[in-house]
Amino acid sequence: MSKLPSKRTEINVGPQHPALKEPETFKVVIEGEKVVEAEPILGHVHRGIEKLAESRDYNKVLYLAERICGICSFAHQANYAKGVEMIAEVEAPPRAQYLRMLVAELERLHSHMLWVGVLAHEIGFDTYYLLVWKDREIIMDMLEDLTGNRVNYGMNKVGGVRQDLSPELKKEFIEKIPLIREKLEEIKTIALEDPTIKARCNNVGIISGELARQTCVTGPTARASGINWDLRRDSPYFAYDEVKFNVPISEKGDVFSKIVLRIEEMFESVNIIEQVLEMIPDGEIFNKVPSRLNGKAVSRIEAPRGENFHYIDFRESKQPYRMRVRAPTYANLASSVKVLIGHHIADVPVIVAANDPCFSCTDRTLVIDKDRGKKKLLTKEQLRLLGIKTYKEGIL
Amino acid sequence: MENPPLVKKTLQKKRVGIFSRFGLKITTWARKRSPWLLHMNTGSCNGCDIEILAALTPRLDAERFGVKLVGSPRHADVLVCTGPVTLEMEEALIQTYQQMPHPKFVMVVGSCGATGGVFKNSYNVKNGVDQVIPVDIYVPGCPPKPEAIFMGIAQLIQKIENLGLIGEEKQESSSNTQEVETMETIA
Repeated sequence: MSKLPSKRTEINVGPQHPALKEPETFKVVIEGEKVVEAEPILGHVHRGIEKLAESRDYNKVLYLAERICGICSFAHQANYAKGVEMIAEVEAPPRAQYLRMLVAELERLHSHMLWVGVLAHEIGFDTYYLLVWKDREIIMDMLEDLTGNRVNYGMNKVGGVRQDLSPELKKEFIEKIPLIREKLEEIKTIALEDPTIKARCNNVGIISGELARQTCVTGPTARASGINWDLRRDSPYFAYDEVKFNVPISEKGDVFSKIVLRIEEMFESVNIIEQVLEMIPDGEIFNKVPSRLNGKAVSRIEAPRGENFHYIDFRESKQPYRMRVRAPTYANLASSVKVLIGHHIADVPVIVAANDPCFSCTDRTLVIDKDRGKKKLLTKEQLRLLGIKTYKEGIL
Repeated sequence: MENPPLVKKTLQKKRVGIFSRFGLKITTWARKRSPWLLHMNTGSCNGCDIEILAALTPRLDAERFGVKLVGSPRHADVLVCTGPVTLEMEEALIQTYQQMPHPKFVMVVGSCGATGGVFKNSYNVKNGVDQVIPVDIYVPGCPPKPEAIFMGIAQLIQKIENLGLIGEEKQESSSNTQEVETMETIA
């Protein structure tokens, strides 16, 4: 830092900035045009969900879990519901499992489309962004018809789902599938052929397989770097073992391969939706669950952005004793920070957006000493002692 | 935050002459036809944010009413906030609000921004945007549909139209956030 003070410039991006829609600060040190250091500053969207969950009964936590993230809301809620069902040793009936699969795949479609649009916006190709978002409305309409809401669906309950798929709606969905395929073909053609996208995304932000393993990335980010891992296939939940689908893999790891991979994934999602609509069994949509629970569970789901992990602990109570959430962005963030180094400053938003970051899932908090304006991180031991002290004094 | 002294309202009224009244008519007319939005996420779950974007994309196409999303607070007329205001975002929110030129309006989208929503009484949130800065329009819902956000914008446009002498009234309400100087730009 002290050797060449005149050439190095520190740029603070955020928290309010036009590139990402979420408040996140990136401290980027540049030398000329090249990035030499990058550091994300987390904590702007920390809302204390894990602590809030401890004071609510398990049905209310469903809605809290949904609002961890508005884009992958179903994944979080279904994951929590699945965990509580594991503790209660109650399984959702087959029809509910298929309905969950249907909403999960619709959500993957809308999330990936959203991402393609946001990335197009980052590279300055707003026409493509508006085009993709226009087509996304078809999916949003389907979600609204099925669940009643466009974003936070409130579809799950512990032991099943709330809304049923009526025969008329099923027919309507089946009729819409060719239309979605057609629109996806259009999106794919533009992505593969447009020179703007190639110029901005090809060979940019390459995450090699080795780096991907080192930084433990998950989801499409990992699959774009050649790691063949998809929870839907490798550790099936809901009824994913009954449907047939491929897991697209790419070896290159750059931003362009991520676009292609996500579009391929969307085609697979449409395949799954088609099979679900064909195979969905009749019957009940929920089972009853006892009011007091005891036990621990680890529940995992392949959310649109990667592996979503919930740890839930009940101790003879209605409220969870502890809930722990680890969202995919937390795993993927480390890799994007490493990749930034050596790139031009103009590529920063593209590379950060390429991992589909979702900071509302991820944010941790910092301890801020307001009087001195200093920030510090607490170690695990310090946190433990602070917790013991607080509970002894009975402040919380 | 300390409350700064109130504005010298009498001085301002003297400045509003015939020409400035004409100018005011023109600016009000221009203003209601192009409310530029600055979107700020103050700790929401992204639900409201993607619905705001959905309101601006081709299905509803808010740009045909001159509504546009801008990147800098210096260019914005309306601050659109989503989220219950986390402690970390509080300062950034106040700063952004202060950076906006007069007359400025604040629109809150979503239940979290209005009352705290499901995150109410968490240790890290402020229970709503109106605890930090003055708010003009609330759009409730979790998240509100794009149509509802649209209606919020339409009502805000009406408010801009009805206010007439926006500057003066606005300044009274926002005097608790440390902006006192210079309102003559309006005239």
